[in-house]
Amino acid sequence: MDVFFQQIVNGLSLGGIYALIALGYTMVYGIIELINFAHGDVYTLGTFFSLAILTGLGVSGELHGPALVLVVLVTLLASMLLCGITGVLIERLAYRRLRNAPRLAPLITAIGISFILENVMQLWRGPSPVPFPDLIPNPAYTIGGVVVTAKQIGVVLLAVAMMAALQVFIYKTKLGKAMRATAQDRDAAQLMGIDINTTIAATFLIGSALAGAAGFVSGVYYGTTWFFNGFEAGLKAFTAAVLGGIGNIAGAMLGGFSIGLIEAIATQYIPGGAQWTNVVVFSVLVLVLIFRPSGLLGESLPEKV
Amino acid sequence: MSPVARRIGLGVLVAALLVYPFLDRNNSHVDFLANAGAFILLALGLNIVVGFAGLLDLGYAAFFAIGSYSYAILASQQFGYHVPFWLMLLIAPVIAALFGLLLGAPTLRLRGDYLAIVTLGFGEIVPQTFLNLPQYTNGPNGISSLDQPSIFGHSFGFSATPYYYLLLGLIALGILIAANLQNSRLGRAWMAIREDELAARHMGINTTTTKLAAFALGASFSGLAGVAYAAKLDLVSPDQFQFNVSVLVLSMLVLGGMGNITGVIVGSFVLSFVNSFLLPQSTTLAHAAGFPNIDFTNYRFMLYGIILVTMMLFRPEGLIPSRARAAEFHEALADEPLAEQEQEEYEGAAR
Repeated sequence: MDVFFQQIVNGLSLGGIYALIALGYTMVYGIIELINFAHGDVYTLGTFFSLAILTGLGVSGELHGPALVLVVLVTLLASMLLCGITGVLIERLAYRRLRNAPRLAPLITAIGISFILENVMQLWRGPSPVPFPDLIPNPAYTIGGVVVTAKQIGVVLLAVAMMAALQVFIYKTKLGKAMRATAQDRDAAQLMGIDINTTIAATFLIGSALAGAAGFVSGVYYGTTWFFNGFEAGLKAFTAAVLGGIGNIAGAMLGGFSIGLIEAIATQYIPGGAQWTNVVVFSVLVLVLIFRPSGLLGESLPEKV
Repeated sequence: MSPVARRIGLGVLVAALLVYPFLDRNNSHVDFLANAGAFILLALGLNIVVGFAGLLDLGYAAFFAIGSYSYAILASQQFGYHVPFWLMLLIAPVIAALFGLLLGAPTLRLRGDYLAIVTLGFGEIVPQTFLNLPQYTNGPNGISSLDQPSIFGHSFGFSATPYYYLLLGLIALGILIAANLQNSRLGRAWMAIREDELAARHMGINTTTTKLAAFALGASFSGLAGVAYAAKLDLVSPDQFQFNVSVLVLSMLVLGGMGNITGVIVGSFVLSFVNSFLLPQSTTLAHAAGFPNIDFTNYRFMLYGIILVTMMLFRPEGLIPSRARAAEFHEALADEPLAEQEQEEYEGAAR
């Protein structure tokens, strides 16, 4: 039984990262109905940005006290900012022109952007995995036979905090209201005086910033990354967004944690374990899309005619 | 071009292709052309799904994998089955088409972008499964020493020339099938669905079976390509069928012109040429010119990406467009948001 609860803990921390990425998918899909295929690569870019910042700060090992807090805050915020800007640029250059094109056109463009980003990262940091400095002390606590590390607690707390902040932003601020209005009916929102372009750009800014946060977290958590990391993580996070109900913020969170749990449990209990986890996760994606495309919390979205 | 000039041009092209291996004794050139041929066949198949029926399939490499592995399993020492190559050319497309139906039947009700992601998931699952079942497929090492095809008792051997002619024949067959499909009742139904699925359904088209037909036929082309490619390479392994292969074939379509058979062939040939010829050759040149650190082949994915993005932004109909496809893209792009349109109408009325 301990093994089971151990996998639950592992799954939740894994899920925290997926949830952060899934938020970006869900926001963008909610507002312009685009599967932003490049989002997973923006997440990996976040890890690489964090790495560059840490290298710039001269951090290569464990830190303590105020220095730790300062470095973590600076790196996290800078990574979020840089990824946010990347997201806005991608929207401006690659998606905006195609906003009224047939649906598949921007999706194809998004795949193109994803390939470009992956290649850029490969040229930047090489094709092999890159180590990430182990900057956070990681004491482990044993609770009834289950080992929980400080990093695991941190991942879950950060993901939940970010989602709560996002929820407040979407429902309590004027810009959040503009986003909801744009998502509901772009033309009507525009007639009400909402600046559509700014609103959509803001959506990309926030979604990509969350991916930047996830990128930093994953670097710290896994201690390594490589240029192709975002492809798989992106697909899993997209699965999470769909599972939770795409367009739904709480759903992205729920989906993220569910996918993390599914992955951890599958790794433990399926014979041959780890090598089948991707197959399991993608099968979940296929099954959810077939049987409940609206996801766990989403409303059904009829195809717009 | 007048029809007569077209025919003469086509005749000259076919004649040139037929005598090419006799003129160019460089086996590596013929080898390149044979490989390019396999990708032309793949592009022709994907064109049925994406170009004709307008369904974005991001896991097309999975069917290629299924075709290749069927040959590797049924015609090698692996299990001791030795189904003749020519029979496999009939069997593998059927197997691939069955998997097309298997994937298509539950998923084709989905809206376009969800379908794209499901096919992507399928494209990930298939090579991963081949990788994870080493007792049948030797896992990451793949299956090698496949049976060599032979014709009238002469084995193909390791020369590229027989494969060149084989693929030329298969491409000719592919063009014939694709062109006839395009002008058939089924082809027109695909076009109707692509342009407006709801309207098509109201005109009495059974959209599910029509889309399924596109999936199955498209998959069968890659089954064919898979057999030829596996036999030529004498090896199949899971890493030949990754996502980038699906995207490569999609880039060929986008570059050449979705829905246009000539465009698809040209796009596919150009990309193969750049991939296997231009990039390695210019790398060699750069090395010779004293830049040993430059390797243009590292920019391959960037190239696919740039093709997809710039073509979609500036010429979504491709270099050699199909007229219907071009009209669809531009009509949609001209659909301005309601607010702007009404503003213009209002201003027009005031004038």
